[in-house]
Amino acid sequence: MLIGLAHYLTVAAILFTLGIFGIFLNRKNVIIMLMSIELMLLAVTINFVAFSVFLNNLIGQAFAMFVLTVAAAEAAIGLAILVVYFRNRGTIRVEDINMMKG
Amino acid sequence: MIVQAVLFYIFAAVAVASGAMVVASRNPVHSVLFLIVTFFNAAALFVLIGAEFLAMTLIIVYVGAVAVLFLFVVMMLNIDFLQLRSGFVRYLPVGAAIGVVLLAELIFLVFGWFGAPGGQRAAMASATGGLSLSNTRALGGILYTRYLFAFQAAGLILLVAMIGAIVLTLRQRADVRRQSISAQLARTRTETVEVVKVPLGSGSS
Repeated sequence: MLIGLAHYLTVAAILFTLGIFGIFLNRKNVIIMLMSIELMLLAVTINFVAFSVFLNNLIGQAFAMFVLTVAAAEAAIGLAILVVYFRNRGTIRVEDINMMKG
Repeated sequence: MIVQAVLFYIFAAVAVASGAMVVASRNPVHSVLFLIVTFFNAAALFVLIGAEFLAMTLIIVYVGAVAVLFLFVVMMLNIDFLQLRSGFVRYLPVGAAIGVVLLAELIFLVFGWFGAPGGQRAAMASATGGLSLSNTRALGGILYTRYLFAFQAAGLILLVAMIGAIVLTLRQRADVRRQSISAQLARTRTETVEVVKVPLGSGSS
């Protein structure tokens, strides 16, 4: 019953797959897609921490902090873009985002 | 040890279940709340594994900042979310196929790594060393010395993100009358007060 590295890696793999799943299932909703990206980043963080602990090397946890930083910045910028887009166009449907199309 | 295993399974199951609910939930507000549950359980997993500092950072950064930001935006935008979900069933087969393939690959990877000669033994052997410092102190020791420049760059990323978000969302509305204190203080008597000679019987206009 010893909880090892494989258990943590499996949880992270399932969460990452759920994130991919969310992006494919909610093709129209940008907010859910951003949340799915957060889920995937969380899975990566779990991987970093699990490897860091089981290989007894703190560098993984240091990089997990950087992943956290980038996730926060990404969420802030993404949601700001979303708000501006909604203000200009009145919709956030992914299919309607095609102004750059020639 | 058995308590730790039971706790791990509980937290992992709740994290995975709420992660699934983030994707499958009908209402985006519920999605955000399930995201918060996922983050809390991931933080509990971190505590179990001995990374306390990162667990607390996860709660502060993700639950305190990111999830609240999501909640803010979901409630601020006035969107018909049912209409946004209309393609859910149509995308289900493709999404399921890609998800299953990816999960199978990841599981093969994990078990391939552990099946390799000496893989797990090497991992376990080095894990028994153990640190005499606390987790937070050891992390600070490595973050402020070896990774000082990366740490500064992370701060810079946050600064750029903050300024970018403000620049993107700030707008000057022309239809709102605001008080301009400097303009009020800069007024002089000559440009505001006028002495008018009123003719008798006709009044002033």
